[in-house]
Amino acid sequence: MSSSVTTGSPANDDAPAPPAGGRLTPRSIAIWGLVAAVGAVCWTVLALARGETVSALWVLFAALCSYAIAYRFYARFITYRVLQVDDRRATPAERMDNGIDFDVTDRRVLFGHHFAAIAGAGPLVGPVLAAQMGYLPGTIWIVVGVIFAGAVQDLTVLFFSMRRNGKSLGQMVREEIGVVGGIAALIAVFAIMIIILAVLALIVVNALAESPWGVFSIALTIPIALFMGVYLRRLRPGRVLEATGIGVALLLLAIVGGGLIEDTGLGDALTLSKEWLVLALVVYGFVASVLPVWLLLTPRDYLSTFMKIGVIVLLAISLLIARPVLQAEAVTDFAREGTGPVFAGSLFPFVFITIACGALSGFHALIASGTTPKMVAKESQVRLIGYGGMLMESFVAISALIAACVIDQGLYFAMNSPAGATGGTAESAAAFINGLGFDTTAQTLGAAAAAVQEDTLISRTGGAPTLAVGISQIFSDAFGGGGQAFWYHFAIMFEALFILTAVDAGTRVGRFMLQDTIGNVWKKFGDLSWRPGNIIASAVVVGLWGSVLYIGVTDPLGGVNQLFPLFGIANQLLAAIALTLVTVLLIKHGKLRYAWVSGIPLVWDLVVTMTASYQKVFSSDPRVGYFQQRQVYADARDAGEVLAPATDMSEMDQVVFNSTLNGVLQALFAVLVLVVVVNAVVVIAKAIMVGRLPTTEEPPTPSRLVEPAGFWATPEEKEALAEHQRLVGAGAGRTEAEEK
Amino acid sequence: MTAAVVRAWQGVRWYLREFTGEARWDRYLEHCAEHGHEPMTRREYERRRSDALEANPISRCC
Repeated sequence: MSSSVTTGSPANDDAPAPPAGGRLTPRSIAIWGLVAAVGAVCWTVLALARGETVSALWVLFAALCSYAIAYRFYARFITYRVLQVDDRRATPAERMDNGIDFDVTDRRVLFGHHFAAIAGAGPLVGPVLAAQMGYLPGTIWIVVGVIFAGAVQDLTVLFFSMRRNGKSLGQMVREEIGVVGGIAALIAVFAIMIIILAVLALIVVNALAESPWGVFSIALTIPIALFMGVYLRRLRPGRVLEATGIGVALLLLAIVGGGLIEDTGLGDALTLSKEWLVLALVVYGFVASVLPVWLLLTPRDYLSTFMKIGVIVLLAISLLIARPVLQAEAVTDFAREGTGPVFAGSLFPFVFITIACGALSGFHALIASGTTPKMVAKESQVRLIGYGGMLMESFVAISALIAACVIDQGLYFAMNSPAGATGGTAESAAAFINGLGFDTTAQTLGAAAAAVQEDTLISRTGGAPTLAVGISQIFSDAFGGGGQAFWYHFAIMFEALFILTAVDAGTRVGRFMLQDTIGNVWKKFGDLSWRPGNIIASAVVVGLWGSVLYIGVTDPLGGVNQLFPLFGIANQLLAAIALTLVTVLLIKHGKLRYAWVSGIPLVWDLVVTMTASYQKVFSSDPRVGYFQQRQVYADARDAGEVLAPATDMSEMDQVVFNSTLNGVLQALFAVLVLVVVVNAVVVIAKAIMVGRLPTTEEPPTPSRLVEPAGFWATPEEKEALAEHQRLVGAGAGRTEAEEK
Repeated sequence: MTAAVVRAWQGVRWYLREFTGEARWDRYLEHCAEHGHEPMTRREYERRRSDALEANPISRCC
């Protein structure tokens, strides 16, 4: 074990009292009573409404009221009672401040950074796919899941990593659980990352294929980012706002320009097949990973962050203005029968897999244990940043769910069913959709495509196009003046932009992980400034996700249909590792009586992921079980038959290969997580027997900073700040001007 | 009313400058003045800052 092992710190035993303001005054009882009542009314309407039209605002306000109550009461309980944050202790940012990675950051600014890091395409895409089961299952899981699982994971991992100088998840698993668990976690994290990158890239490919407008505006983001990079490096160093302003303006021009080139020769040249887009993405991902970050990655990141936050704010405002009505049923027949065309499987466990980000996302544990904990100014701020940040992401997921549920459901299923099912033309798709029991005609589907100036919307799977249609409908309703085509491509651009940023950054992080791991046996390879090492590691990472992407794109059964469950399960399994670590740590710190806080979501997550994994591996239904699927197609192939949707023998071979690969990966992930859990059980048993065990927590150092805990400073906190200013003298404090 | 608008604008400007890291340069100048160091040029300062990001990749989630 590490040399920095300390026994439970004294601060644990004499925990500081929660700050004043915790006692409820009559006024706050009245306010919270009202919030609870509004929330309860919204949930009741959602639960009882059947057959009549339901406004999307009921969903929105049910979620918002639930978040507010959870943040005020449950997050406070976890922060002060369970974790016992102690503002007398200096955080790593204060102790080890170097202005680079360890850096005391204003809580509101860090909240923004953390949110920008955790929110990506996941909360936008998962809810769209899960809408095939109706709006109610998704809404309930997003809200309940975030309150009791997702936000709890983010908050607790952030806290424990902060108490360990910002150690990574893998490092903490190795030191606190054991070497076996640590190695399993390391492999799991790397493999899961590859799958996630591949699925993200797949979503972009599906959104851009055969869409010259989309390809044009996305391609232009590269020169725009390069220009910003040079601007910030050579022309006007450091003027980030200026550069970003110019970049966003150019980006909007690029979207408008895309509409103009569509019917020109350039438009034909940019009408790319999925295979070409895969190649373009792989080359791009490789180049972006080896170029210096200032040239491409950093400026792109500014662009995508501002676009992301802008669109989310815009979407929230336009939902309030447009007040759309939900077109989806509360619970569809697919939820009960598990026969939906978007993804196979019944409500349990597959809704909980499909909606990963937004309710519970294991990937966040990597961010909550990497960059963010090194920047927290005060321990009590983890509630705002960890729990609050995740509530924001959940709100994004709810908005995405609404966007998918307000579009015509015939169109929804035509867009999200694999091409093998819809046949690819408006006529065959309309027939298929009618067969599912939804009203639509070939003309309606054609008109919907024409409204957003796309050739077709049939089988545009992956969630992004559906979300873009929903967003364009809501925006053009809210702001008037039509412009549906512009808003559609605006939404596509916004999604593709930050998915690509995630792919860039993920490739780089994957490359660092690989270099670091191999560096243990071959020292030279671990040297990040060694060029050949960079190039080899980048090529390996890009090659891995690129091949999974290619397999997904060419899959006769539909890549999203086949790979998205794998992506969701992988993400949830990562969450299982994170929650296992948190539970182990609570028990090692002698807090067995609070272990339920992470233990309950952990057990739930394990039940869901293991059931899903079991079904994906062992189910005898070939649409669900990968190996059964393999068997069915292999038998048919050997008998010389071709099974739909495959059209020839080589496609039959492809299905057999893909389902074998998916099944093996699925089984591998589940086994790795079980290894971590079993290792953890041993440690837990030991800890329970002795009461508590030493951990790698850093010993307390007195803090000299005074900082508020929440987003807005309370009167007491303002007073404390003013007092601190008087003591240290003017000019020494950095928060003077901003705490108005 | 105008005072509130001005304050809101200042708040937004403060937030954006902090968020993008532009405000770091001002703090660096203050720091140098306080300790009597000769500050490096802004070009040099921003170059070092962006090069430091090279080894600390920002993770972006799905």
